[in-house]
Amino acid sequence: MLDDFFTRALVAGLGVALVAGPLGCFIIWRRLAYFGDTLSHAALLGVALAFLLEVNVTLAVFAVSAMISLALLALQKRATLSSDALLGLLSHSALALGLVALAFMSWVRIDLMGLLFGDILAVSKIDIAVIWTGGIAVLLVLRLIWRPLFAATVNAELAEAEGLNPDRANLIFMILMATVIAISMKIVGVLLITAMLIIPAATARRFASGPEQMALFAAIAGMLAVVFGLEGSLTWDTPSGPTIVVAALGMFLLAMSPIGGLIARLVHSGRDRSEAKGRTSS
Amino acid sequence: MTARTPLISLTQAGVERAGRWLVRGIDLTVCQGEIVTLIGPNGSGKSTTAKMALGIIKPDAGTAHRASGLKIGYVPQKLSIDWTLPLTVARFMRLTSAPSAAEVAHALAATGITHLANAIVRNLSGGEFQRALLARAIARKPDLLVLDEPVQGVDFAGQIALYDLVRKIRDDIGCGVLLISHDLHVVMAATDRVICLNGHICCQGTPVAVASSDEYRQLFGGQADATLAVYEHHHDHTHLPDGTVLHADGSVTEHCHPDDGHHQVHPDDGHHQVHPGHGRDHPPRASATSDAAARTGAGGDNA
Repeated sequence: MLDDFFTRALVAGLGVALVAGPLGCFIIWRRLAYFGDTLSHAALLGVALAFLLEVNVTLAVFAVSAMISLALLALQKRATLSSDALLGLLSHSALALGLVALAFMSWVRIDLMGLLFGDILAVSKIDIAVIWTGGIAVLLVLRLIWRPLFAATVNAELAEAEGLNPDRANLIFMILMATVIAISMKIVGVLLITAMLIIPAATARRFASGPEQMALFAAIAGMLAVVFGLEGSLTWDTPSGPTIVVAALGMFLLAMSPIGGLIARLVHSGRDRSEAKGRTSS
Repeated sequence: MTARTPLISLTQAGVERAGRWLVRGIDLTVCQGEIVTLIGPNGSGKSTTAKMALGIIKPDAGTAHRASGLKIGYVPQKLSIDWTLPLTVARFMRLTSAPSAAEVAHALAATGITHLANAIVRNLSGGEFQRALLARAIARKPDLLVLDEPVQGVDFAGQIALYDLVRKIRDDIGCGVLLISHDLHVVMAATDRVICLNGHICCQGTPVAVASSDEYRQLFGGQADATLAVYEHHHDHTHLPDGTVLHADGSVTEHCHPDDGHHQVHPDDGHHQVHPGHGRDHPPRASATSDAAARTGAGGDNA
């Protein structure tokens, strides 16, 4: 089944969307959109280091993203700068370092376009294994830290006072983000990873009445975008990564339109009915 | 009270920021079943002291100690729910722990917001949100309840009802309570011990002792005089917004008469002298005092 390049692309894309949706919700709730961008820019430095040290690209990207996350946490602690300034500093420094490092390695010819926009049609079976094991691991860990992480998102001091250790949850969340960046880079490319995190979650916000529901809807919206995007790129012969993002955008616009309003009402009235039923039975 | 081991204790604790001591030399203990109120003007370090006790801020001097395995319910002074968060009151109840459906229902009923269980937190009014915060804190059956200005945005009658509720919760689940307020006169009835803060501990003791102390008067000026009047009043009767009178024995009457059998004691000139006689000029003065208190309460909210 996985011998067909299109099936491989689909399986890989679905795996990325499944994990990007729930994490993207936290990106939206915590206003971290620029953080996603920073990590993905840093991915270029990871790629350069991978060639320099001759290690696995995914692993190198993960390592660099994780370092950038930790650097951000450390800088925030002693900050005389705001978070967005720190992110800008880290983001573009990492990008520039990556480009300079690549220029030194004149023997390396890398497909910059593939790096920036992804190369989902070239994913191997190993890539799929990495995406799905990494993705499922991320989801399991997210499930474990869900309560403290969500509580810390609502109010860090409240979570701290009631003994939930928000600092640890934040640290783990940063590592999860680095993982997702590393495994999804090949699918949509470094320029568009943030889109896969944010757009499905934004679409889900329209229909969700609870955080868990929003995470689920975001995963579903992302997976639909992968299906439609890949079909579209096949039909119109467009680059697949950007087409997936365009499909996600289309779903977001649909959600914002009156049709989306109608669906939202249906979802909510279904909930109200089941609640009313619960109330009369109790 | 002192024989029990304290739930939390601060010993000579202080917090320094940029060379300035926000609070200093704080000794504070809260025991099981005890309601301790921190009171002081804006910027006197009330919240900072509470955060030290909670472990959110580490003291730069002295020590902060919490009993091991202490379960805390916290109502922070400021909490804004971002509009990007889809959050119902029912989900909010399960934010930091997983209380049972019965415990949630009980907490919602105790705070009078059962009907709001499925409401979006973001759409609650100020008073409703304060009740939701309190419900969330008590749903987890805490050993210690820490309430930082829990009556913001609640009208005067609602404030007294909320403090009554706090006292009832204490009686119900036997938790210790650390309460932060800037108007002593409404919290007095619900307090065992008052600690008056202004960067350091000015004075402490029973509510009546603190309210009549010189330090407290210096700190709060003219408002201090109103404190005792309202305090004594609260034990006697409250003038409700619709003009009726709620008496300490729970009955509600159209007017306030000295001889109607609802009154035990009467305030006199706002001073700490209580005499059992029935002054003929009592009704008009009583309502004037209540109005003054209502104004003070409203002014406190704006500050």
